[in-house]
Amino acid sequence: MTIYTDVLVIGAGLAGERAAIEVASRGFKVTILSLVPPRRSHSTAAQGGMQAALGNMTKSQGDSPDVHFEDTVKGSDWGCEQDVARLFVTQAPVAVRQTSYWGVPWTRVVAGSRQLPDGEVIEETQEKEGLIAARNFGGTKKWRACFASDGTGHALVYTLDNVVIQLGVEVHDRVEAVALIHDGQRCYGAVVRDLRTGQLRTYVAQATVVATGGHGRIYGHSTNAVINEGTGMAIAQDTGVVPLGNMEAVQFHPTGVVPGDILVSEACRGDGGYLLDKDEHRFMPDYEPEKKELASRDVVSRRMVQHIRKGFGVESPYGPHLWLDIRHLGKKHIETNLREVADICRDFLGLDAVRQLIPVRPTQHYSMGGIRTDINGRAYGLAGLYAVGETACWDLHGFNRLGGNSLAETLVMGMVVGGRIAQDLEWLEMPFPQGVVTALIQDATRQVEERVRHLMAGGPEYVYDLRNEMSHILLEKVGVFRNEKDLTEAVEGLVKLHQRASQLGLRSSGVGANPEVAAALRLPGMIRLATTIAYGALKRTESRGSHSREDYPYRDDANWLKRTLATWSPGADLPSLSYEPVRITELPPGDRGYGEGKVVSAKATTEGERVHG
Amino acid sequence: MAKDRKLVFHIFRHNPNDPDSKPRLQDFSLEETPRMTLFTALTRIREELDPSLQFDFVCRSAICGSCAMLVNGRPRLACRTRTAELPERMTLLPLPFFRLVGDLSVDTGSWFREVGLRVESWIHTTQPFDPQAQEERMSNDQAQLIYELDRCIECGCCVAACAAAQMNSSYLGPSGLMRMARFLADPRDQRTNAAVFEVIGTEDGVFGCVGFLACDDYCPKGLPFAAQLAYLRRKMALTGLRPSQNDRRAAVAPFSAQKSH
Ligand SMILES: Cc1cc2nc3c(=O)[nH]c(=O)nc-3n(C[C@H](O)[C@H](O)[C@H](O)COP(=O)(O)OP(=O)(O)OC[C@H]3O[C@@H](n4cnc5c(N)ncnc54)[C@H](O)[C@@H]3O)c2cc1C
Ligand code: SF4
Ligand code: SF4
Ligand code: FES
Repeated sequence: MTIYTDVLVIGAGLAGERAAIEVASRGFKVTILSLVPPRRSHSTAAQGGMQAALGNMTKSQGDSPDVHFEDTVKGSDWGCEQDVARLFVTQAPVAVRQTSYWGVPWTRVVAGSRQLPDGEVIEETQEKEGLIAARNFGGTKKWRACFASDGTGHALVYTLDNVVIQLGVEVHDRVEAVALIHDGQRCYGAVVRDLRTGQLRTYVAQATVVATGGHGRIYGHSTNAVINEGTGMAIAQDTGVVPLGNMEAVQFHPTGVVPGDILVSEACRGDGGYLLDKDEHRFMPDYEPEKKELASRDVVSRRMVQHIRKGFGVESPYGPHLWLDIRHLGKKHIETNLREVADICRDFLGLDAVRQLIPVRPTQHYSMGGIRTDINGRAYGLAGLYAVGETACWDLHGFNRLGGNSLAETLVMGMVVGGRIAQDLEWLEMPFPQGVVTALIQDATRQVEERVRHLMAGGPEYVYDLRNEMSHILLEKVGVFRNEKDLTEAVEGLVKLHQRASQLGLRSSGVGANPEVAAALRLPGMIRLATTIAYGALKRTESRGSHSREDYPYRDDANWLKRTLATWSPGADLPSLSYEPVRITELPPGDRGYGEGKVVSAKATTEGERVHG
Repeated sequence: MAKDRKLVFHIFRHNPNDPDSKPRLQDFSLEETPRMTLFTALTRIREELDPSLQFDFVCRSAICGSCAMLVNGRPRLACRTRTAELPERMTLLPLPFFRLVGDLSVDTGSWFREVGLRVESWIHTTQPFDPQAQEERMSNDQAQLIYELDRCIECGCCVAACAAAQMNSSYLGPSGLMRMARFLADPRDQRTNAAVFEVIGTEDGVFGCVGFLACDDYCPKGLPFAAQLAYLRRKMALTGLRPSQNDRRAAVAPFSAQKSH
């Protein structure tokens, strides 16, 4: 079966839906695909907030797109595209106000004075009462993160999906795009597996938009939803002509709970929580005598891993972990200021944070890299292919994303790219070479069918064994600490795994909507992404943002003020890497001002982040 | 947690796409591990015992509404269910009422989208968006009230427990009524009482509710059903009697009457 549409949007998170709304409201036929009903997309889980310089709070006086720009570029460790950052900061206020118009119940400014947890008293003015409020996020000069109570992502996703329903945009859920249809020049749509039935079908479109979110789950331990497996990036890379940008730029979070990796807020450390090891010894002061637990996210994550490696982790059936101790903060503080943390402990771990220790470990959190696009969202390498959201490398985040900038990115980028697609359709809409396209569709479908047949015919390897090995390699050797030896071993290990993945078989029947088939079809692409991350990290002999090399501890602007581009030729063992310069239009490279060393040695930090981003 | 429990899961199995499949219960056993939830347990069962087992987890943190199922007969979110709360032997069934996808997976998404269409779950306004303008003001209390009513995660627990929904498949369901209440509470939505009556003033809407409040008992998000259903019913009864009374601004329970969670 083949379905024709003007614009095919693969992914129904905030980025995909925002792009779809923009194109649909200009009169084009849009079809959205999603693994799950749109409202279940990972975007729903973002709780902290969305950055936009509205300047409505006392603590955001003097904020402007200029200040937001500077925070974003510094945060990125000068890895971002500055023209993109400029466009982004000017459009973010419009994007947030539009969602207010559509119905998001943003928390509003209440006039009067109140006391912050640290004792400071602030006064909000009458003049701003009722405008959209903001809270503090790490790494920003001003309070700029707009939020809807404790469910910003939920409120945004539900509101955008309401607009999608209102516009009558077709959404096909429980489907998975497994290959792009292309001729090496132009993208014509996708081959899709129906996860209800296991059947294949094809979608043909003038423009195809990949909006599939992050790849966190290739690390096994990730704060991301369990469906975030990077398949969108993988099918783009599988074309052999579309490069992925800066895949080695991966953000970690120090406190995911064990098991489950649900993120607990950095407010725990901010408010005075301790990290303890298996002997219940508070180890952070040994490594960071000054800042202790208050050192930046990356530093704390690194020290935790280092300490576990020395054998001080607490053994558990889920692997070693450490303890987060907030008991001394007292019942009252925990049940008011850290209520969400107490709830997570009670509901998912069955423990009482007032009396018990919380098992935590560092975990993958965000992917800055992805399908490399230009400022208009057009993917490099194939006409008619676009990417938006976390799956794209637009490149707003460079080597470190600021908390709250990714929700804002999904909306701004969706809006900008949706508008661009509507314009591009004028020239994309040339009549398809019908016969050629039919042949391409048949070809792409046959290749996927062949992969399924190969699995059914059976090989000795089991998908979950290989998957766990892949995650293990990434966590151990391509995690928060990186060095030449580990990375070399990682690349070798992943290349072997990739070869073994061609020997995958099935343990179940494979009939119908079989989840083992789905997992086995995904795995080779996931291993290629893992390899791309490891290989890019090995070649990047400097430390920048979240990419931190023990053997090259300094940022090296002389040689590395550039972005990695990785393409994967069919049949190859490794990606081929090339580099492009970073676009610097306004702010020359300098010190990030996070108080961690000299200009060229500035390290990745998002200082004292109070709300999880 | 009692030490070293061996858990036995009786799990509903059926693959509607496989002509050879017949609905049945299958037993799986696992050693219990500390802090185990049904998310950790079912994931292990799939990876270690039977990779064909179908179920739906996305956020695994009670946010996305994917994983509702009957756990020993009660609708609840599997990801927020710890095995330590349950006896050694437990039965897991798919949520009733919704179309079965396979095993423990049901199609809640299509049903909720249909309800969204029926209640026209969007802001009805004639005013265009002005990208240059400052946002319209709203009191924070108003915003918090809307937020409280917007917290439904479309998990389907309330629908599975609702007597009216089991009797009448076109009933909007507790969550559908709550969605309407959310838009009634929103001053940005310009729909009149009469327009709202069109949607919910019927046996498929508030007048179909039998009022035992199973929805209130089973909603994992603690949405304020008791207060809201009573208000909707009274409001719609009044509108039915005096359809010309179009001011709907007072239709919603005051914030103080909301259940907090
Ligand atoms: C715990 C947590 C908290 C966060 N909090 C914040 C925060 O407070 N502020 C902030 O700015 N950012 C936050 N982030 C980051 C932010 O949530 C994400 O970056 C953002 O939501 C990504 O949106 P997206 O639309 O790109 O992708 P997603 O929301 O992940 O959507 C991806 C979509 O693609 C679909 N899909 C995937 N693969 C396929 C395929 N092969 N075929 C068809 N469909 C497919 C999925 O079904 C889904 O609909 C947080 C992240 C985490 C993990
Ligand atoms: S009170 Fe009404 S809506 Fe709630 S469960 Fe009972 S019949 Fe259903
Ligand atoms: S109202 Fe509650 S129980 Fe019903 S679908 Fe929404 S969250 Fe689930
Ligand atoms: S998996 Fe999201 S609510 Fe359970």
